[in-house]
Amino acid sequence: MDIRSVTAAVRTWPLSLGQKGALPNFYDLVLFAFIAAAFAALAHGSREMEAPLASLDLAPVTLDPIKLPEYALRTTLRMFAAILASLAFTFVVATLAAKSRKAELVIIPALDILQSVPVLGFLTFTVVFFMGLFPGSQLGAECAAIFAVFTAQAWNMAFSFYQSLRTIPRDLDEVSRHFRLSPWLRFRRLELPFAAPGLIWNTMMSMSGGWFFVVASEAITVGATSVKLPGIGSWLAVAIDRKDIAAVAMAVAAMALVILAYDQLLFRPIVAWADKFRFEQTAAQQRSRSWVYDLVRRTRLLRRISTPIARVASGLARLRLPAFGEERPRAVPGWLGKASDIVWILLVLAAAGYSAWIAVEYLRATLGPDDVASALGLGVLTLARVVVLIVIASLIWVPIGVWIGLRPWAAEVVQPVAQFLAAFPANVLFPMAVVAIVAFRLNPDIWLSPLMVLGTQWYILFNVVAGASAFPTDLREVSRLYRLRSWQWWRKVMLPGIFPYYVTGALTASGGSWNASIVAEVANWGDTKLEAAGLGAFIARATEAGDYPRVVLGIVVMAVFVVLLNRLLWRRLYTIAERRTRLD
Amino acid sequence: MDAPLSGLAPLVQVEGLRHVYRQGEGNVLVLDGVDLTLSDNEIVGLLGRSGCGKSTLLRVIAGLMPATAGTVAIDGEPVRGPASQVAMVFQTFALFPWLTVLDNVEIGLEAQGMLASERHKRALAAIDLIGLDGYESAYPKELSGGMRQRVGFARALVVHPKVLLMDEPFSALDVLTAETLRSDLLDLWCEGRMPTRSILMVTHNIEEAVLLCDRILVFSSNPGRITTQINVNLSRPRNRLDPVFRQLVDDIYARMTERPAGRPTREGVFPGTGIAMVLPRVSSNVLAGLLETLAAEPYNGHADLPPLAARLQMEIDDLFPVLETLQLLRFAEVAEGDVRLTEAGMRFARAGLDERKKLFAQHLIAYVPLAAHIKRVLDERESHRAPATRFRDELEDSMSEERAERTLRAVISWARYGEVFAYDEDAGVFSLENPS
Repeated sequence: MDIRSVTAAVRTWPLSLGQKGALPNFYDLVLFAFIAAAFAALAHGSREMEAPLASLDLAPVTLDPIKLPEYALRTTLRMFAAILASLAFTFVVATLAAKSRKAELVIIPALDILQSVPVLGFLTFTVVFFMGLFPGSQLGAECAAIFAVFTAQAWNMAFSFYQSLRTIPRDLDEVSRHFRLSPWLRFRRLELPFAAPGLIWNTMMSMSGGWFFVVASEAITVGATSVKLPGIGSWLAVAIDRKDIAAVAMAVAAMALVILAYDQLLFRPIVAWADKFRFEQTAAQQRSRSWVYDLVRRTRLLRRISTPIARVASGLARLRLPAFGEERPRAVPGWLGKASDIVWILLVLAAAGYSAWIAVEYLRATLGPDDVASALGLGVLTLARVVVLIVIASLIWVPIGVWIGLRPWAAEVVQPVAQFLAAFPANVLFPMAVVAIVAFRLNPDIWLSPLMVLGTQWYILFNVVAGASAFPTDLREVSRLYRLRSWQWWRKVMLPGIFPYYVTGALTASGGSWNASIVAEVANWGDTKLEAAGLGAFIARATEAGDYPRVVLGIVVMAVFVVLLNRLLWRRLYTIAERRTRLD
Repeated sequence: MDAPLSGLAPLVQVEGLRHVYRQGEGNVLVLDGVDLTLSDNEIVGLLGRSGCGKSTLLRVIAGLMPATAGTVAIDGEPVRGPASQVAMVFQTFALFPWLTVLDNVEIGLEAQGMLASERHKRALAAIDLIGLDGYESAYPKELSGGMRQRVGFARALVVHPKVLLMDEPFSALDVLTAETLRSDLLDLWCEGRMPTRSILMVTHNIEEAVLLCDRILVFSSNPGRITTQINVNLSRPRNRLDPVFRQLVDDIYARMTERPAGRPTREGVFPGTGIAMVLPRVSSNVLAGLLETLAAEPYNGHADLPPLAARLQMEIDDLFPVLETLQLLRFAEVAEGDVRLTEAGMRFARAGLDERKKLFAQHLIAYVPLAAHIKRVLDERESHRAPATRFRDELEDSMSEERAERTLRAVISWARYGEVFAYDEDAGVFSLENPS
């Protein structure tokens, strides 16, 4: 049972919500300009490269069951490549942000906004970009798919690591400086272990979300370029084209096995292992458990393998790597530091102004105000969908989650299932829903919508379960003693008690739903095309048509919506949750 | 300070030390004009209230913090950056929770790049010396507080520092554990088994200082200065019940409650004047409780501080803020290590709840300038409401953000008790209306 790890994760805020200041500030605009310009530049550059791409010839994906294990493996390998890339990114970028004030000024707001950019939006450009980088080779498309998963993980992980680095307990920092630990030893003995629980939890959650994107990014069509990488996602795409429901079912089964293996062999053991790094001086009453981890700990063989590795590691630790300058406490800036900060900020502003100009010029060449207005209108539609769906999902899952959370035996059963369901890529199930919509001639504007929360609603469930499980027994007893009436009990006792957990879950669910809209608002079944009006469909259609300016517009508009929703709603809720639920 | 008797250079020499903590626009003077020498073979205690800068001094000596002005030299070498000749024991133990006892002890040696086998040997010796045999593979969370601090000692001693720095090493421990650890430490010291030449310790516990130290340097607060040096010439082991010991403790209490010369008796208890006075967060329950205790038998309104502290089991850091708040409110007078209730204080102790609240409110408005200021602003405004930020900004002109927050919180809690004005936490607004 991982309830405790969930609660631990709740304490490290997802996104940058722990930060002060809810309203988007001037700085957000600056970073927005940069990112929009980067997209515009990429789009422009990739147009040039389009010609040679069409010639790329992959071994066609076939619906041969013998091939399915291999496809599953390929999909899994992409996930691991992405997670390694994300870790490398995390260590470099987050360390930089934590140690250099100037880097921090740019990196942190950038991460915050990048988290809000729809992941599948990146795909449009990166496919073309990477394929241009490796012309005529499958590597380009592989890189694009991996990069898509990377963009779903890296920002979150970097943020978690950065926050850990900035909250290292003062006394441990002093001990490390006092005994003059080299930067490498400090990283190994202090920074990495301290950040480990948060980072691992975030990595595992990001990876759960990543399955969705790896499936979505394997079969991509950008304009004239159509790529199907060998993997479950492509299998699924082919099955949809051929209206082969049996093949879809096989994909679902294969995916379920993969996720089960991932959950049992990786997620649980690693979270259980990370328990030892929890920064806590008292022994935990309830430990995360994993049979694999227990097995590994008991085997002699593994210990024998790991001993030489440990020896090499300690040898490495003794190496006195050239210090990156003396470790110094971050001094309060003097006038010189302030002056150089101002120069730095001016430079950043100038570059941002230029970027904004490029972006606007690029979009203005082909798009008019009407296009912007229609994108905004569609954004409102998708926003309405997200809000309604989160509300409905909350109405369903909060009572159920509370019921389960208050019963430890039920929580123990349900929690792993909910986590499994959250990791399961919902897009594998989409064809089933589409078949139903086609068969019953349902209105796609309404009935495609639930697909957006199909995979993300579980975050609400397991966070609420975690919150209810952690609800103090004495408060429950008090409410029982005073015979609180049912509505009163919900309003005064339970809802405030689970509020911080609920906000975490709903926030994750809402972010995931925006991302899912790009694949959920448009669905195919053979030649039948279903489409719901919305920003996701707008982006999906533009991608398919290779209409880069519209893709850029769609992404920017969606990012604006997500950022505003985060700042105006979620961050405020977090502040309230933080203030209200503390006694000290 | 006195120079050491021998002609040798002192082990630690601090001269003209000044430390300014920069906070926003304002500066807080933490240490001012501190001179200190530490010779071979002595235990010296820095005794003072929390926040007087004694821990800062220790960190400056360890090279963890640069001083704004002045010099620190250890064994003749000026300190720039973390000093290799010293090792520190922390109040919070500061152990790495993910490392075993052995790995924790080895960390300093590992940082020196010592070979694994060699540092293993040294660490085991230190663990043996400090009485941690058998705990080598335990994690800190499996240990009791006392055992954890032993790991802290072993980690410091294993690097064979010339000077051992201790930052309130026993204050996070319960009374019995602290006593055991103190006597074990003294035994090692007296038997000459400590691989260190001198010890410099920070404490706010007067008895602990008298028990352990050869010399005690008494610190005053705001800014931190060494006001007095006291030589403790008692032979070891020292007996807490020895009349000479008691007399020494009494003397130190008296010196620590002395008013700085040239200031009126009641002003200057807390740093800052007028509304800029930094106030401690003391609960009205504690204030009322202490007034009742002092008014009752056997004190009858007058008490000697050391036995009072012992009876209430309060250390000076707990007791002094309460006494000083009572003094500020004119409910008590503190002088020469004694506390005496004023007439108002006696009245308060005998009164019922409503009368107490009224009396408290009167004194709050009369003697706490910030409370009077907020009340005046609320009275003058038509709406009788004012945002807290207005006062917070005012306070932050003259004190750190943290102190401003603490001061405001103190006034809010006292005003709530006296029903002088109300504060809406969610909106951050002061008002005159009390929800009824």
